[in-house]
Amino acid sequence: MNTASAEQITPGPWPVEGVTRIPYRAFFDPAIYAQEQERIFRGHTWNYVGLEAEIPNAADFKATFIGDTPIVITRNKEGVFHGFVNRCAHRGAIVCREPRGNRLRHQCVYHQWTYDLQGNLVGVPFRGGVAGKGGYPSDFQPAEHSLRKLRVETYKGLIFASFADDIESLEDYLGPDMRHWLDRLFSRPVQVLGYARQYIHANWKLYAENTRDPYHASLLHLFHTTFGIYRAAMGGGVIMDDTKRHDMLRAFRISEAQEKEAYRGKDIRTYQEQYTLADPSLLHTRKEFDVELTNHIQSIFPCLVVQQIQNTLATRHILPKKPDEFELLFTFFGYENDDAELRAIRIKQANLVGPAGYISMEDGHAAELVQQAIVRDQESASFIEFGGRNMESEENLLTESAIRGFWQYYRGVMNL
Amino acid sequence: MVTLDTRQAIEDLMHDYVHCIDDDDLERWPTLFASQCLYRVVPRENADLNLPIAIMFCDSQGMLQDRVTAHRRANLFAAHFYRHIVSSIQITSEDNGVFSVRANYVVFRTAADAVHYGTTEVYSVGAYRDKIVFEDGTPKFREKIVIVDTSKVSSLLVTPL
Repeated sequence: MNTASAEQITPGPWPVEGVTRIPYRAFFDPAIYAQEQERIFRGHTWNYVGLEAEIPNAADFKATFIGDTPIVITRNKEGVFHGFVNRCAHRGAIVCREPRGNRLRHQCVYHQWTYDLQGNLVGVPFRGGVAGKGGYPSDFQPAEHSLRKLRVETYKGLIFASFADDIESLEDYLGPDMRHWLDRLFSRPVQVLGYARQYIHANWKLYAENTRDPYHASLLHLFHTTFGIYRAAMGGGVIMDDTKRHDMLRAFRISEAQEKEAYRGKDIRTYQEQYTLADPSLLHTRKEFDVELTNHIQSIFPCLVVQQIQNTLATRHILPKKPDEFELLFTFFGYENDDAELRAIRIKQANLVGPAGYISMEDGHAAELVQQAIVRDQESASFIEFGGRNMESEENLLTESAIRGFWQYYRGVMNL
Repeated sequence: MVTLDTRQAIEDLMHDYVHCIDDDDLERWPTLFASQCLYRVVPRENADLNLPIAIMFCDSQGMLQDRVTAHRRANLFAAHFYRHIVSSIQITSEDNGVFSVRANYVVFRTAADAVHYGTTEVYSVGAYRDKIVFEDGTPKFREKIVIVDTSKVSSLLVTPL
């Protein structure tokens, strides 16, 4: 699929029902994808780009993306983070060719233009020519040829970057409710435990919907019900910020009896009692937070999901690649002061999430099932009225309100 | 000095492992491991950075069995077949009856679902870093560490590598 389409968007009208109907072209149209890159990822958003713990030392760097634009995040000796587009100001080549590392200068290999940690141009070979011949004109100003710089701010160890110079502060962008829940997981220094990458053949917004969707949790993910583990998908709720772009989905344990009752007789294929885990150590979970949740799934618009599922902690970075493809980068973490036993629990419970996760592998599959079915009938629409038509925070999990909230904000930014 | 019989038995185990998975005989898969065992599928990215997370991690026969039960009964995924190509099997050392064995692998995944039926992709490329022991004269995996060069998993991973 051509991702760099120059076509103008020629949309049909959005369905009159509004955010309860999502036309399938929103997941398909290359022109919409291109416009998202400009208005969302390169627009007035703070995009998650990584954890401070990934680049802990002076001159450490990480190459990543905002939307599909390649960027680099660096750390200077004062511990301040900078970011720039990973494209040489000379002829447009990738400057930083390694995914991570440590260097004081970033040099493009093509003609050795050299930049400092902020992206300022500090070196140009043969700038003055040789023996009076060649070189740049006398009015050449290196300061005019720095890399495209990004704004970078951090919140409790999470690094965000923005193309917008006039955007609100990161704290204001997150808002008090989202900060409150991020604080639950990020009030202690974190340590990266590993990465997992999943390449999903579907539009990125199908995943944005998925993480705002508590309806599917015990219906698509059959692991707990198959093994007769009454995990309590029934207690919880969704909390949105004022703009509705972010969402915090939380689930907590209720009594087994209540949960069995909730599942029985509801025409749910998932209720099975005949299987048990041969090794239940997988689910040995240690209490570690004041507010106990089995699931903390927090979506920060546009590209971050923060998760705690039992004792697994991870960020999930959504990286759109094409209208019908995105990468999901899981960064598993623990805390610096974890003891060996807790560390071992986190490593074992990583079986639950990631590309082979017992209760997460289906998310990518579900997104792909949608993408495969919407190749035609682009003006047809999905139906999002579970829990009503509102976009309010809810103290239950039987709702799609956060999906509607996402689309309301999205439509405003995209003018769709 | 590894005897020819031992070498043959180890190679037979490596090949049996492949056919077990590729013939969808997953219920037999845990039986190829020793009573005390470790199976880890590690993205090469983590191996290179010395980070401990594996995307599949089983440190008991029971956990291997649970992976199979989940595959059969719980997890939802596009139906598919694997073909493992395993080569360059090398016994690198022996320590008190524990044989360190390494090999390269390629797994081709062929879709068997309604939409992509019959489409084959190079799904995963990597290496095995195994420790093999003999229990009652039969070779078993004490450890099977799958170092996955293809760190970026296409769609999902449910069938063991």
